[in-house]
Amino acid sequence: MTNGLPLRPPHPQAPKMRASGGLRAFSRRWGRALVGLPPYAWLALFFLIPFLIVLKISFSETQAAVPPYQPLIGWAEDAVLQIRLNLGNYRYLFEDELYFDAYLNSLKIAGLSTLCCLLIGYPMAYAIARAPRTIRTPLLMLVVLPFWTSFLIRVYAWMGILKNEGLLNAFLLWTGLIDQPLQMLETDFAVYVGIVYSYLPFMVLPLYATLEKMDLSLLEAAADLGCRPFRAFRSVTLPLSIPGMIAGSMLVFIPAVGEFVIPDLLGGPDTLMIGRVLWSEFFDNRDWPVASAVAVAMLVLLVAPIMIFQHTQNKSGETS
Amino acid sequence: MKNRAIALYSALGFGYAFLYLPIVLLVIYSFNASRLVTVWGGVSTKWYGELLADEKILDAAWLSLKVAVLNATISTFLGTLAAVVLVRFRRFAGRTLFTGMITAPLVMPEIITGLAMLLLFVAMEQTFGWPAGRSMTTIVIAHVTFSLSFVTVVVQSRLAQMDVSLEEAAMDLGARPVKVFLVITLPIIAPALLAGWLLSFTLSIDDVVISSFVTGPGSTTLPIVIFSKVRLGVSPEINALASIVVAIVSIGILIFGIIVQRQEAERVRSLKTASDRG
Repeated sequence: MTNGLPLRPPHPQAPKMRASGGLRAFSRRWGRALVGLPPYAWLALFFLIPFLIVLKISFSETQAAVPPYQPLIGWAEDAVLQIRLNLGNYRYLFEDELYFDAYLNSLKIAGLSTLCCLLIGYPMAYAIARAPRTIRTPLLMLVVLPFWTSFLIRVYAWMGILKNEGLLNAFLLWTGLIDQPLQMLETDFAVYVGIVYSYLPFMVLPLYATLEKMDLSLLEAAADLGCRPFRAFRSVTLPLSIPGMIAGSMLVFIPAVGEFVIPDLLGGPDTLMIGRVLWSEFFDNRDWPVASAVAVAMLVLLVAPIMIFQHTQNKSGETS
Repeated sequence: MKNRAIALYSALGFGYAFLYLPIVLLVIYSFNASRLVTVWGGVSTKWYGELLADEKILDAAWLSLKVAVLNATISTFLGTLAAVVLVRFRRFAGRTLFTGMITAPLVMPEIITGLAMLLLFVAMEQTFGWPAGRSMTTIVIAHVTFSLSFVTVVVQSRLAQMDVSLEEAAMDLGARPVKVFLVITLPIIAPALLAGWLLSFTLSIDDVVISSFVTGPGSTTLPIVIFSKVRLGVSPEINALASIVVAIVSIGILIFGIIVQRQEAERVRSLKTASDRG
């Protein structure tokens, strides 16, 4: 991987290639552009520009028309008034406690769910990474397999388990632990269960990748020096697996903050999450500018975690 | 030492139970004759029959299938190109932006992507008159945008692990870069392409949030139908549908696993014979 294969510079010792070197370099540059352009252009047009449009519309005003927002540019003589009105969407977010609460609650739910994923996922990843080599891949496949079945269906499966006359309540009543069905569906608890359940594979995979790559001779050295297994784990394995923990946590935390389906299906009417607020602003109130402002505010919140994730991704890309 | 192993394996067992029990229960209860979740009314396949008679669901499933195949094919093409760019071209203008645009969709909350895509389509329609309204086309475009990143990541790791000397040998023998890529590189990274294709197929056929934003009248995908039904509560028909999905996925994964295993065994064997001869 030292140079740009397959479009490699011509070999200096090959006389035939040297003769056509200029032409080759020229066609190589064009070849590279031809390879890179389609994905680059696609992402710029359909991923980057849309965010700029969201930003733009978050500054415009709602109107009852199609599309339901006013154009930003125009009426130059009213520019001052226009700007005051334009910031209204954001002021609205600050003034109405609903949005602030929704943000805080999303962060809380996503954060605690990430922690739970870590607590369940770490021992799993560790056990798989230390299992005999031949069964590691099947064990890992078993973690990934549920991810391939529908996300929607997996969330739905919990509805049947958690509802008042659901399977878990029936089981608890049967064991005699409770004599009254517990309200579990339509609570924050159900949302936690749903998020941890849906995102667990995303935590296990990067953790496994770092734990599996770890140099085991470090542990042997620690043992030779009289280190107890638990101490060795704490001072060798745990610090070395931090990149995996960060990558896994970001993979869970960032999408969980904006999660909509899980709080909508499993949460109660008072389970406030920012994704849900955005959805209802957009689909129920048809207020596109406020929905855009909510999206921009959510992105601002997520910029730091996304940067951390990209950093760990690039690092692991370089070492592999 | 022994205790630790037991603790570890029970943690693993607990994790697997957590992952699989809900799905298993769902499949079992799809054969429940009773409409109530907790009452076992005997084994019955009547919900499957009702499902197959529901034309709305069948139409939606057909549309989802078309979208998923189109999406998977386009994303695999674009994602592979992106992976080649990232692994083989070390330096080029805007590399940071490019890597950013590849990794961000991996974690971007769907609801933001969905809203952004819809606003783009609306703005495009206003300015150029295309796409006229929301349809299958807009769904496919939106799906490709988020799934191509996943393909890129899968292909990228395979490309980075690949032995470059094979390509160099072909180059030294005078093969043109395009030919080297088609004859040498492509067959080696083919399993990753297949994995990427399947992954983007799955992401597409499962997506509800982004599709809800960019869909239009008359183009309702299967997840949108399921979601609108499920929002009203548990329904045995959806249990049956879920079981069919689980069955298809399990069979697909099994076949894929066997193919990969065979290829791997083949590769090991050919490497062994090559080293025996040498």
